[in-house]
Amino acid sequence: MKSFDEFLLVFKPQWREFQQSLYLFNRNHLQFASLMVVLLLVLIAIFAPWIAPYPTHILEETNVQDKLLAPSTQYWFGTDELGRDMFSRVLYGTRISLVTALIAVFISLCIRIPLGAVAGTLGGFVDEVIMRLTDIFLSFPPLLLSIAIAAFLGPSLQNAIAAIVISWWPWYTRLIRGQAVSIRERQFVRAALSIGTPRSKIIFNHVLPNTIAPVIVQASMDIGGVILTIAALSFLGLGAQAPTPEWGLLISTSRTYFLNAWWYSTFPGLAIIVTVLAFNLIGDGIREVLDPKTRKI
Amino acid sequence: MIKFILRRLMLGVIVLFGVVVITFVIARVVPSDPAAKWVGPRATPEQIAKATVDLGLDQPVYVQFWKYLAALAQGDLGYSLRTHQPILSELEATIPPTLELVTLSTLAAVIAGIPLGVVSAQKKDQTLDHLSRLFSIGVVSLPTFWIGLVLQLIFFRLLDILPMGGQLSMGIQLTMDVPTVTGFITVDSLLAGNLEVFFDALKHLVLPGFTIAVYPVGLVARMTRSALLEIMNEDYITAARSYGLPETRVVWSYALKNSLGPTATVVALSIGFTLVNTFLTESIFAWPGIGNYIVSAVVGLDYPAIIGVTIFSTISYVILNLAADIIVATDPRVRV
Repeated sequence: MKSFDEFLLVFKPQWREFQQSLYLFNRNHLQFASLMVVLLLVLIAIFAPWIAPYPTHILEETNVQDKLLAPSTQYWFGTDELGRDMFSRVLYGTRISLVTALIAVFISLCIRIPLGAVAGTLGGFVDEVIMRLTDIFLSFPPLLLSIAIAAFLGPSLQNAIAAIVISWWPWYTRLIRGQAVSIRERQFVRAALSIGTPRSKIIFNHVLPNTIAPVIVQASMDIGGVILTIAALSFLGLGAQAPTPEWGLLISTSRTYFLNAWWYSTFPGLAIIVTVLAFNLIGDGIREVLDPKTRKI
Repeated sequence: MIKFILRRLMLGVIVLFGVVVITFVIARVVPSDPAAKWVGPRATPEQIAKATVDLGLDQPVYVQFWKYLAALAQGDLGYSLRTHQPILSELEATIPPTLELVTLSTLAAVIAGIPLGVVSAQKKDQTLDHLSRLFSIGVVSLPTFWIGLVLQLIFFRLLDILPMGGQLSMGIQLTMDVPTVTGFITVDSLLAGNLEVFFDALKHLVLPGFTIAVYPVGLVARMTRSALLEIMNEDYITAARSYGLPETRVVWSYALKNSLGPTATVVALSIGFTLVNTFLTESIFAWPGIGNYIVSAVVGLDYPAIIGVTIFSTISYVILNLAADIIVATDPRVRV
C-alpha cells in the first residue's frame, strides 16, 4: 500500500506537466472556445429532458395541429411533421450522439489497447498475426465496412455501434503496439522479467498503464469522426430508428419535407457541425500541444 | 522498385481475400433468409425450399464459400437477390456515373486545393491562414449528406437555377441519342457533338460534384500548406531568394514542385474516401451510380450486391493506395 506522500511524489510532476499543457492549450482562443462548447454540450446531454421546453415531444407524443411550423418564439427551431418541437428533439439528440460516440470509442479502445499491447510485448508469431489482421482492416475505408456490417446486422443504434467498433478498432492498434515495443525494452520491464514475473502480468501491470497517454489523445480525436459516422449510418436508415431524435435520423426524415420546411434539416445539421467541429478542434489542439515539433512555450 | 510493387500487389491480394472472408462470414452468420428473399414475399414453402437448393444454401458453409471464391476468380459476383440480374452487369452500369462524379471532384480538389494551400502557407499565421486552417478542419467536420440538402434548398428551391437531382433532365433523357463510349455522359455528349445534352449533364453535375469536392479540397489544401512550409525552410529556397528571384516564382515554381509528392499521395488517398462519400451524396441527388446502388441493396438486404460493391471499392482502394506508394517511391530521396 502506497502512502499518500509517495502518491504525490509520483503524481506531482505529471500534474505540473498537465497544468502546463492545459495552459498552452487554452492560450489558443479557438481551442478554449471549443473546450467550452464541449462542456456546454455535455451539460446539455446530461440535463436534456429537464431543459427541453417540450420534454414530451422528444419521443412519441404528437401535436398534429402544429405540424411543420416555422421557427417562432414558441418553437425556436420550428416543428416537425407531427408537430413536435424541433428544439427539444435536437437538444435531446445531443445526449444520444455523445453517449453512443463515447460507448463506441470506449469499446474499440478496449479491443485496441490489449491487442496492441499483447502484440508489442510478445512479438513473434502473435505480433505478426495481429498486425497483418490490422493491415487488412486498414486497407479499406472504415465507413464502407461500417455500412456493410450494419446492413447485415440489421438496423438499430446498438448494431451501428457494433459496426463502428468492428471497423474502427484497428486504427490505433499499430500505435499502441509501437509504444509497447519501446516499453518492452525499458529497464523496469526487463527487471520484472528477470525475477520471473509472468507475461500476462507484465502486459497488464507494466506495459498497458504506460500506453494510456497517447491513447487518450487519439480517443479525443476519434469522437468527432464517430459522431459523424453514426449520423451517416442513421441517415442511411442503418442506425437509430424512429422516434429516437438522433441527428442523422432527423435529417433523413426531413428529406420528405425540407423543401418547404428549411428548419427541419438545417438545425440538426448545425448541431452535428458544432459538436464535431468542437471535438476536432480540441483533438487538433491536443496534438499540437503534445507534439514536441509544434509545441511552442 | 518492381519488387516493391509486386510485394504491395501481393499484400493487396491478401487484403482482398480478407475482405471477402469478412463480408462472407458476416453475411452468413446473420440470421437472414436469402432464399426467401430470392423467391419473393408470396412464395410457397416448397418454392423457398427449391430456391435454397438452387442457390446452394443447403450445403455446408465452407462448400458455399469455396464455390463463391471459385466464381469470384472468374469475375462472377453472383446474382442480385432483388433483380435477379448478374451483379457484375449492374456494377458496370452504375460505376461510370460514380466515376464521373469522383473525377470531377478530384479535379476540383486539385485546382482549388493546391492554390489555397500555397496562399495559406505564404500568409502563415495571418488571418487568411487561420481562415484556411479553420476551413480545412471545418470540412472534415461537415456531414456530407447535410451539405447536399442545404445546396438543394438554396440552388433548387430558393434560386431555382440548378436541378434537384438526377443525371439528366427527363425530357432530354428520353430523346437523347448519344452513343456510349466512355460511360461519362459529359464526355460522350461532347464526342457526339451534342451540346444540349452536354450542358444539361453539366448542370446536373454541379451540386453533387460540389458536395463531394468539399472534403478533398480541404484535405489537399492542408497537405499542400504543411508540405510547402517544410520546404520553404530549405537552403535552396534561401539561395533562390538571395539571387533576387521574385517571391512568386520561388514559391510557385521552386518550392511547389518539391511539395507535390505528399500532395499527390493525399489526392490518391482522398479518391478512395470520395468514392465512399458518394454513397451518401448519390442517394440525395438520385444519382444513378454505385452509391445509390449500395444504399438500395442495404435497404433490401441484398447481400450479394453489398459484397459486390464492397469488393469493388476495396479493389479501387488497394489500387489507389498502391498508386500513392508508387508516387512516394518515385522520389529519389525515398528508399523502398
